[in-house]
Amino acid sequence: MIGYSNALIDALFSTILDVAPIVVILLVFQLVFLRRKPPNLRRIAAGSVLVLVGLALFLIGLENALFPIGRTMASQLTAPETIGAERLADGVDWYDYLPLYAFAAAIGFATTVAEPALVAVAIKARDASGGAVHPWGLRIAVAVGVAVGVALGCFRIVTGTPLPWYIIASYIVVILLTFRAGRTIVPLAYDSGGVTTSTVTVPVVAAIGLGLASSVPGRSPLIDGFGLIAFASVFPIISVLGYSIAASWLSRRRKSGLPKEAES
Amino acid sequence: MIVPFNRRLRCAAEGRCANLTYGGPTSTPYPSQLRNRLKCPPKVVTRHLVAILRLNVGALRDLAPIVLVIAFFQIVVLRQPFPDLLSVLVGLLCVILGLTLFIQGLESGLFPLGEALAQGFAQKGNIVILLAFGFCLGFGTTIAEPALIAIAAEAAAVAAEAGAIIDDDSARSTYALELRLVVAVSVGAAIVVGILRILKGWPIHYLIIGGYLLVTAMTAFAPAEIVGVAYDSGGVTTSTITVPLVTALGVGLATSIRGRNPMTDGFGLIAFASLTPMICVLAYGMAAQ
Repeated sequence: MIGYSNALIDALFSTILDVAPIVVILLVFQLVFLRRKPPNLRRIAAGSVLVLVGLALFLIGLENALFPIGRTMASQLTAPETIGAERLADGVDWYDYLPLYAFAAAIGFATTVAEPALVAVAIKARDASGGAVHPWGLRIAVAVGVAVGVALGCFRIVTGTPLPWYIIASYIVVILLTFRAGRTIVPLAYDSGGVTTSTVTVPVVAAIGLGLASSVPGRSPLIDGFGLIAFASVFPIISVLGYSIAASWLSRRRKSGLPKEAES
Repeated sequence: MIVPFNRRLRCAAEGRCANLTYGGPTSTPYPSQLRNRLKCPPKVVTRHLVAILRLNVGALRDLAPIVLVIAFFQIVVLRQPFPDLLSVLVGLLCVILGLTLFIQGLESGLFPLGEALAQGFAQKGNIVILLAFGFCLGFGTTIAEPALIAIAAEAAAVAAEAGAIIDDDSARSTYALELRLVVAVSVGAAIVVGILRILKGWPIHYLIIGGYLLVTAMTAFAPAEIVGVAYDSGGVTTSTITVPLVTALGVGLATSIRGRNPMTDGFGLIAFASLTPMICVLAYGMAAQ
């Protein structure tokens, strides 16, 4: 328990350090240029304190409870013993790592669902769209994108194929889907690519990449360890655009099938 | 600070305003207005407890997948016992409490702050100050980002191994610092471009697709060891506190400017903030070559 309280103070301190530049910028612009007190100043200050304390608690809990296990599991699943050392001797095939792909996809999905920044964007999207964008639906779509992306990223590290091919191919898919999707969802979809990789996802995903690149023969952790985060930021764009195209296609089909119900 | 939080808890206990509970369904877009109108009866201890539990259910649901995934792989695939169960449980409690507080603070603190700023700038009508603010916000939050510091140090090690820079401590730390500066400037520039886009109402996809084409073209010419770093740098720049603030700023701007739609124009700032670092880091790699 004492360890926890010390760790909590540490986490609170580092969170405050992270926020310090934001606070300074806000204060300077507020005092020098806007010269107007924002409404509900006390509530805003209270809310900001809640955000700080909440984030510190959140990080400390993750750091103590889940990340150690996640990291250990990433290294265990990538260890040669799990795959079978004698098979490694005559080179690896991509299917030797099937449990790892499953783990990468599952943990990518799970960490994205818990990502606080994504919760924020989902709430904002619900408010801005007047409730048309369902927060839970958006978060699931993004999480599926991250899952596919991280699994594919692991496949890339195992096979050693060049990273640009994958990223540029997924850009082409994004561009094609952009012109098929409704205009209102496109900015939100692009944004969801950036928010997925934050406090929860990056440490676990980076551990998987590092473990994999150092255990697969012929890969360097320095050069091949990079790229998983790139996968995790492109694929949510595809999955959100795809989700919106599928949803509007389904609702159009339902409307044409039951025209009376759609009107009411 | 206790007052709004408590009132919210009481409302949640009453079950009268479902949209105030964490992650619940919504009927009105602005719960803050609704909350002010509600008069909740005096507090009762049990009701408080119920309300806190109800708020925590949302956080529990968010965390359930992580716990399930780790438990499944630990017990079924790796066939190993759970280490130090008590510590894990205490940590989980911290995480649930933290997530609940974060969401509470988001809706009463960061979102109103971003909206108030957006309204203030829109009323002031001074574009230069608004853009300067955007640049400072992007630059200031990125330069101190822990994930970026970590990735810059790794990138310096990669560059030293590849022979792009001399392999000693000072050369590596210079490289890492320069890389962080490049990324921070590019995020600042991204917010500036994003705000300009909201003001002018440019369609986002031409800008983003143009950026993708640029990234594709630059990949062909940049040194191979920087490409992975560049692609990853786009994802790590946006931290958990910047995202709500920037999103609220964008949506607030689009709401207060006539003729802009919060959905089509308000979002997109973060998209720029994850695209421009890739371009700038690739450019840096080409220049350092």
